[in-house]
Amino acid sequence: MSQERLIRPAQPRLTRRRLIIGLGVGAAAAPLSACSFDTGSPQALNILEKAEAVTKAAQRALLGPRTALAREYPPGAISPWFKPNGSTDPEDPEYVALRQGGFKDWKLEVGGLVERPMKLSLADLRALPSRSQITRHDCVEGWSCIGQWKGAQLSALLKTAGLKPQARYIAFFCADTLEQTLDNTGRYYETIGLIDAFHPQTILAYEMNYAPLKVEHGAPLRLRVERQLGYKMAKYIMRMEAIDDFARISRGRGGFWEDRGYEWYAGI
Amino acid sequence: MTSISSALPVRDAPAGRVVVRHSALVRVCHWVNAICFVVLLMSGMQIFNADPQLTWGQTTNFDRPFFSLSARENDNGDPTAGVTTIFGRAFNTTGVLGASRGDDGSLEEHGFPNWATLPQYQDLALGRRWHFFFAWILVINGLVYFANLIFRRHIRELWPNLADLRSIPHAIVDHLRLRFPSGDEALHYNVLQKLAYLSVVIAFAILILAGLTMSPAVDAAFPWLLTLFHGRQAARAVHFLLATYLVLFIVVHLVMVVLSGPINNLRSMITGRYRIKEAQR
Repeated sequence: MSQERLIRPAQPRLTRRRLIIGLGVGAAAAPLSACSFDTGSPQALNILEKAEAVTKAAQRALLGPRTALAREYPPGAISPWFKPNGSTDPEDPEYVALRQGGFKDWKLEVGGLVERPMKLSLADLRALPSRSQITRHDCVEGWSCIGQWKGAQLSALLKTAGLKPQARYIAFFCADTLEQTLDNTGRYYETIGLIDAFHPQTILAYEMNYAPLKVEHGAPLRLRVERQLGYKMAKYIMRMEAIDDFARISRGRGGFWEDRGYEWYAGI
Repeated sequence: MTSISSALPVRDAPAGRVVVRHSALVRVCHWVNAICFVVLLMSGMQIFNADPQLTWGQTTNFDRPFFSLSARENDNGDPTAGVTTIFGRAFNTTGVLGASRGDDGSLEEHGFPNWATLPQYQDLALGRRWHFFFAWILVINGLVYFANLIFRRHIRELWPNLADLRSIPHAIVDHLRLRFPSGDEALHYNVLQKLAYLSVVIAFAILILAGLTMSPAVDAAFPWLLTLFHGRQAARAVHFLLATYLVLFIVVHLVMVVLSGPINNLRSMITGRYRIKEAQR
């Protein structure tokens, strides 16, 4: 298996003596070499990124039944303060105008590889089958907060829209520009696979801690993908598309942070 | 992590016997582990720097972490001092923890200093790539070592018996006097070595479990991990504290290697051969 080839520490063709000497020298040189060679070179990254596929395969196997739920907490566990991160007050003119109108003119556009493209208002989303859950939000930086979320189940929305057979991912396009760039690749977006899209805890949240979602947490609509890290959970969603490949979107790695070196599979 | 393998005498020499001290498998595992640990420690400090504080429980207590590295700033927002806070008590650690010199010589806010992290500049994404790649190698290597420990009964060489435990005070005195065993006594680990090496094997196992508990996907698959560690943030703290314990172990380990004959010790972990100094009559 390719997994074994990747992680086997030694090539069998080496003689034992050579191997031992090599490893000894390597161990002595490891702290030094970290200083002297480019730890972020494309060659190094090519090798390092292989771990992501191994992690994803291992975790998908561990999760077994696809419905294994993230732990849910009692109301008393809700964090007194939930840290807002990334964009907290988008200045994009389109968003500012919608916010000033109390999101009355906001509509979620659903398109791409779906049988029935549609535009949904907040009232339409609230009419869809919903789920309320108190879950832990784990940031890639290391911190965690617990909050209550309520929203439309993404699976219900996708069934209503009808996925075409070629659809492999769901892409979320957001209102906020998190980094100023010349080619508009600083606009936030995310993609998730269908396993997570159809997970019962995957919701398009319009409510947090029993109140309408606040601007700092992604009003009017944010994604919750409870078995992954916070950066997958796009805020300020404007449009979603079913797609077969994300290589042609923005910088091609499947999300704003993915384009900046983070893993597409954010289960760890 | 070492284990004296069946200690076969290779040849007798006037200066003492030469025995095979470590099996090839143990020697390979030792050096793979050493490389992995250095990379994991340095990339781990990079990851820690993204949120340089520790709390107990499920969530982060931003107001009162029990451990934090931070910087004091002047009115312009420039760091003026590095502060390490432990259980509410602040210590000035300028230059090393909290705030340290950047490339241009000015003080910058970093939990751990750049020279200690991998990569040697702030880059959480790259630090994670290195950490998870070498974590896989560490886990595979650890499983090989553990299988050897169990199936080839090497655990017997690390597991202290009652007589060992009774000899703890004696062993401590011997260590303090830097009196190292000779003759047949040197063929086996003394009780302090057994306890130290055993504790390292156990610490690695718990450290890996605590690391996995930080993964939201693993938590969904094995919710008992969250119960075991009292929450994700507690698991993060355990992961950090056990890494600190292993660093302390390695410092003592290296000092003992140097004090008790560095060439002989290094050779025994590279070629397996170890010279026994015969007891004086």
